Amino acid sequence: MESIGKFMIFLGRQFVNRESFGTYVQLTITESVKVGYDSIFIFTIVSTFMGAVTTLQTAYNLVSPLIPGYVIAQVVRDMTILELAPTIMAIVYAGKVGSNIAGELGTMRITEQIDALEVMGINATSYLVLPKIVASILMYPLLVILSAFLSIMGGYLTAVLVGVITGTDYIYGVRYEFDQFTVTYALIKSVAFALLVAAISAYKGFYTKGGALEVGQSSTSAVTNSCIAILCADYVLTKLLL
Amino acid sequence: MIEVKSIEKSYDGKLILEGISGTFEKGRTNLIIGSSGTGKSVLLKCIVGLTQPDHGSVSYDGRDFTHAGRDLKTEIRREIGMLFQGAALFDSKSVEENVMFPLNILTEMPKDEKLDRVNFCLKRVDLENVNTKMPSELSGGMKKRVGIARAMVNNSQYLFCDEPNSGLDPQTSIKIDNLIKEITEEFNITTVVVTHDMNSVMEIGDYIMFLFEGRMLWEGNNRNIYDTDVKELEDFIFANKLMRSMRKTGS
Repeated sequence: MESIGKFMIFLGRQFVNRESFGTYVQLTITESVKVGYDSIFIFTIVSTFMGAVTTLQTAYNLVSPLIPGYVIAQVVRDMTILELAPTIMAIVYAGKVGSNIAGELGTMRITEQIDALEVMGINATSYLVLPKIVASILMYPLLVILSAFLSIMGGYLTAVLVGVITGTDYIYGVRYEFDQFTVTYALIKSVAFALLVAAISAYKGFYTKGGALEVGQSSTSAVTNSCIAILCADYVLTKLLL
Repeated sequence: MIEVKSIEKSYDGKLILEGISGTFEKGRTNLIIGSSGTGKSVLLKCIVGLTQPDHGSVSYDGRDFTHAGRDLKTEIRREIGMLFQGAALFDSKSVEENVMFPLNILTEMPKDEKLDRVNFCLKRVDLENVNTKMPSELSGGMKKRVGIARAMVNNSQYLFCDEPNSGLDPQTSIKIDNLIKEITEEFNITTVVVTHDMNSVMEIGDYIMFLFEGRMLWEGNNRNIYDTDVKELEDFIFANKLMRSMRKTGS
């Protein structure tokens, strides 16, 4: 309970005694490049293979001649949009961006860089953390859209190259009975996950105590806690929205 | 002038600072000395507001900092410059960006003026042609000097230095000590230095506060420190061989 209270105070401190708006715009752009642009490579690799493997596994399980081939594409589409792109990629995101945030802030803490900001009269919590949270909320939904697209494309390439189904069937399946709300649902989840990963990781890093060993522990703890929070939020949001 | 009144601080029920009082005058180098673990750094943190004392107060030129509201606290903090033990330079910024940082955040100065001010401060600490270097490319002494330049760039009225000589060779230590003293006198600012380095005590100790187990046992200056009859201070001063031999020979 104490940690939750401390976490809430930490979040509340983002909005008091801030610097100029221009400062935050500049910092948010820099952070967006770090959390968004720099994550494109890993998201591309993971998403493409995720779609490819999902296609193969679905084809492996749907062996009945009564089930048309385009159902494979339908399954890949729905799995990707509903769960794989927003949730599984959020775990990857926590591993890459969350650990980076915790490590960076943890190092700044143990090398007294955060104290230096505080002594200058700068609200270090807001100055360092708010741009990361805003950048995460802005960039992660875009990464999820990219991930969903690449996953479905990965599935298409596998389907065509391996000969699971034809390209025409795959595209027909992807478009068949498409419910647009699934995309809205994925984006709502992505905003929630982005907030959780950035806030939890920043909290863990910001309150690091000790030395290099503790910075590593903070990073690990940031990823672990983010993953748990993602899964809990996933359940709650699914229950509420679907 | 900084006034410290009856500062007390405990951690986990253990009293770290016990009724510390003292006055750090403007234009002179004030030293807080003592062995490791005596509460020097905690006292410094209480003075600059990184830690809230349990009792007592700190005032800056009559302004109560400890019990001040957020606005006054921010106002006072913006008059403070601090050199940290490890210099605390921002890793991702170059030397120039590090020194310019307080100006970027706290002032509306035009860029040319900021650059002139940065170059002036870097020149003042004997660092030139290092503007584009990153902190990782600097030696320990250079980092400390960049830290001092950053602390003074905003025309700070109060300069705090936490163990400015730690990790430096004796010659560089003396240079840093002299630099701190020169800046204090030149800009007529209030400087507080936490140290356990006897060279610093001898070189720059205009006012010295000696802490032992969280209590202030002695105050004075570098001229009368050797005449002390406080046993703990004697033990501290004459802990090293050189000082003992100097006492023996009467030098």
